[in-house]
Amino acid sequence: MLAYLVRRLLYALPILIGVNVITFALFFIVNTPDDMARMQLGVKRVTPEAIDKWKAQRGYDKPLFINEAASGSAVFTDTIFFSKSARMFAGDFGRAEDGRDIAREITSRMGPSLAIALPTFVLGLLVTVSFALMLTFFRASYLDFWGVVLCVALMSISGLFYIIGGQFLISKMWKLVPISGYGGGLDAWKFVILPVLIGVISGIGSSTRWYRTIFLEEISRDYVRTARAKGLSELAVLFRHVLRNAMIPILTGVVVVIPLLFMGSLLTESFFGIPGLGSYTIDAINAQDFAVVRAMVFIGSVLYIVGLILTDLSYTLVDPRIRFN
Amino acid sequence: MFALRLAHRPVLRPVLLLLSLLFLLAACSSEQNDPYPQAERGQNILYAAFTDRPKHLDPVQSYSEDEITFTAQIYEPPLQYHYLKRPYTLIPATSESVPVPRYYDAEGHELPADAPAAEIARSVYDIRIRPGIRYQPHPAFATDAAGQPVYGDLDAEKLAGIEVIADFAETGSRELVADDYIYQIKRLAHPRLHSPIFSMMSERIIGLPELGAALHAADKELPPGGWLDLDRFPLAGVTRLDRYTYRIELRGKYPQFPYWLAMPFFAPVPREVDRFYSMPGMAEKNLTLDWYPVGTGPFMLTRNDPNSRMVLERNPNFHGETYPCVGEPGDAAAGLLADCGKPLPFLDKAVFSREKEAIPYWNKFLQGYYDASGISSDSFDQAVRLGVGGDVRLTDEMRDKGIRLLTSVRPSVFYMGFNMLDPVVGGLSEEATKLRQALSIAIDQEEFISIFMNGRGIAATSPLPPGIFGYLEGEAGNNPVVYDWVDGRARRKSIAEAKKLLAEAGWPNGRNAKTGEPLVLNLDTTSGGMGEKSRLDWLTRQFAKLDIQLVVRSTDFNRFQEKIRKGAVQLYYLGWNADYPDPENFLFLLDGTDGKVAVGGENASNYANPEYDRLFERMKNMESDGPRGAERLAIIREAIALLQHDAPWIYGFHPKSYTLGHKWLHNRKSTDVGNNILKYQRIDVAERARLRQEWNEPVLWPLLAALLLVVAVILPAAVGYRRRERGTAH
Repeated sequence: MLAYLVRRLLYALPILIGVNVITFALFFIVNTPDDMARMQLGVKRVTPEAIDKWKAQRGYDKPLFINEAASGSAVFTDTIFFSKSARMFAGDFGRAEDGRDIAREITSRMGPSLAIALPTFVLGLLVTVSFALMLTFFRASYLDFWGVVLCVALMSISGLFYIIGGQFLISKMWKLVPISGYGGGLDAWKFVILPVLIGVISGIGSSTRWYRTIFLEEISRDYVRTARAKGLSELAVLFRHVLRNAMIPILTGVVVVIPLLFMGSLLTESFFGIPGLGSYTIDAINAQDFAVVRAMVFIGSVLYIVGLILTDLSYTLVDPRIRFN
Repeated sequence: MFALRLAHRPVLRPVLLLLSLLFLLAACSSEQNDPYPQAERGQNILYAAFTDRPKHLDPVQSYSEDEITFTAQIYEPPLQYHYLKRPYTLIPATSESVPVPRYYDAEGHELPADAPAAEIARSVYDIRIRPGIRYQPHPAFATDAAGQPVYGDLDAEKLAGIEVIADFAETGSRELVADDYIYQIKRLAHPRLHSPIFSMMSERIIGLPELGAALHAADKELPPGGWLDLDRFPLAGVTRLDRYTYRIELRGKYPQFPYWLAMPFFAPVPREVDRFYSMPGMAEKNLTLDWYPVGTGPFMLTRNDPNSRMVLERNPNFHGETYPCVGEPGDAAAGLLADCGKPLPFLDKAVFSREKEAIPYWNKFLQGYYDASGISSDSFDQAVRLGVGGDVRLTDEMRDKGIRLLTSVRPSVFYMGFNMLDPVVGGLSEEATKLRQALSIAIDQEEFISIFMNGRGIAATSPLPPGIFGYLEGEAGNNPVVYDWVDGRARRKSIAEAKKLLAEAGWPNGRNAKTGEPLVLNLDTTSGGMGEKSRLDWLTRQFAKLDIQLVVRSTDFNRFQEKIRKGAVQLYYLGWNADYPDPENFLFLLDGTDGKVAVGGENASNYANPEYDRLFERMKNMESDGPRGAERLAIIREAIALLQHDAPWIYGFHPKSYTLGHKWLHNRKSTDVGNNILKYQRIDVAERARLRQEWNEPVLWPLLAALLLVVAVILPAAVGYRRRERGTAH
């Protein structure tokens, strides 16, 4: 297993380099270093000298990928790409264009993102799996029919509608929780309830339908019939046998997103005023802050790779037949 | 019994538990939707919101509105604007008086105040600050028994455990002295700080360019991030006269300079604070002046979390300042003089929460959790009703809540500019001028303001907005090229007249008189999000009135700026917010010597009329008050008449700002130039608490309904399950 892990981590390196190159190229196709300087220095009274100074101070006065004026390895190392990207592999994300330390920002924003994403994920999983199992139990009945209709209806509604509708009803009309904002410590709960509730409800439709399909496929298998023949209750059949055997496709979709929970949600954080990593990314894109965009894309890639590895590992837990060679 | 058993089912338990918890929590307090900690209830705190996080709080860099909301309450430049008087009037802040310049010729002889600008080689401003003003408590000022700084030799190791400025155990303070102002002026030239006004001030303050070069050279010798002690570098034009007095010497005459002395660029920064923040390990923890400002103002920033919340608290060392006793007519009736002579500030704290979206911001204001709010276009109809005559009234809902509306015309101008270098629309030829005049008539700004701005603006007749010296009301301020003056009102000229002008310009019916080619004009604009398409469609129809085809070239802001810089545009949209309330700050936008293409200046239209330039040159070196005020006004009128005739811009509009305030918020007056307004605001805390409670009684039946719904769904399922299980058993 260790050899497998090492191999997977080594595979990750070229992927991360590739992601960096693509992010870098895409960003600088749209924005030149001059554009970045203007964005940071403002619109009023910006002189060409001020732009040159800004670029020189931040190392954006170098060539992008290849420094033809340099010699030796400096041809590649004395470039914007190398100087900005290489150190990220050592975990040094540097500073945002406004001078603030990116690692500190990420650390401080991770908590609020997780405070929303983690309960949404866990509760959502519980609710959707339970609901899907219930529909499976009542398959081909009116309950199943209307359950699927409800799921399709829930899937058809835009995420933004859930947010605005939830804020309108629960916060504005019924005045049960704050409409937006965030508080640390024990104060956090009242800000978290609404986005979590909305996150769970908005995810019920698609997830339930997906899980229901998986469970229906499993429930017609021979081992299920055998379990019933042995006199097990339907609940035991569903939870002990069907759910366990349906875990591989469920884990494929679920485990991979666990590390990405750190990244937060762009829309939810923006509407609920949650100071998490999702809103950090949006702010950085709006401000053309390449340093932050690059760091967030890099972290996202790393977390995705970690998620894929965790998914592979989780297979061994639910299916003893799977072994890594 | 069955329900009880249901509640013990593992799947149901968390759902019921959560709903019960919600029900209990909602029932136990009347303000469950209060976004603030309970401990803050009943305290003298102002609650406000901000949308964009401030980038810089260092006074040498801060230049945007998002930033000055905070910096203006913390830093104190020598001058400030009178809170109530209009037109805006400069008064002392930390200085003893508004400095009066002395003028000298090239030989060093003093000249009279009314000497011609051409003879003035130097202007000298002596600024004397009031003794006894002290800084806010801050660790940079903490000293030990021997008078040495407690935190004088910090490094990353010693900073272990320090995360925010409040983690430093010791704080201190000291008196404000002239050296602090001098130090800050030197910081304008700091090579790592990129002050936006360095280039402009280099042309004015004697010795600033030389200081910039010296600092640049010295900085190269330092290790990265090393401290550049500015006291080691002289600045010829800024000198210390005594402990409380400093002198600024400018090249030539610059009557607008006192306005700059009211901006945070010229606020004091003590050398020890600069030294403190430059110690190793500080920047890595965001412990910088850009993050934790230090000032003598009425408030100090005690929490800086620009992602969520910024908190200003009363500076315990703030010097005695009192609420003004005079204002403009109407202020007394509006209750704005009721607090005359009372010590400032009134608030203990101001909490600014970040609201990125308009809907939550607006709803929190209506719930009483923000004391004031602007009006977004989404909530305009809910807040304001426009009368037939264009008068603005609050809706019944707002009036019932006791909300007050404040309106003011902002010192800004938005316009559609012509590139005067363009062969079709540019130049000062009679044909090109008539083409521009025809377009100025055809584009109905009044309709634009009505449709797209909910009436929140007034049509511009020149670059100058109301409230700025030189703006004239009534017929005297009319733009005769675009409007006729009929029955005491300006009436836009007819399209027939515009078509006539167009024909005289060589484009009858929108076609070239010689070749018959249709006239196609290109408008460059930045992509403006929602509503942009309808605005551009409207604009296309305005051009179509003259049978002119408009091609809209939407692009991102950077490409747009680049095109403007290169002069690769024909028409474009831009706006300008005043730095200070002087006509020079608007009319320089059309100064021929400041062309965008030629010198990278602010004249984006590249308009160059020698006659206008001559008038502008004269006007900019004159004062609005005093014996030459009338002469200045006459010159401005002449210059504006020239601009109206040449029409390098289609004068768009001056936006109006609408602000709503709750009845418990007192002393709020619209001000678009002075920004240090927080100290004047007063809150009736008891009234706010009462109304908040009244407005935020939770509605509990939906929780009960949700509980019943869950039971209604689960109960039949459970019954069905039991029945099926039993059926299987049989």
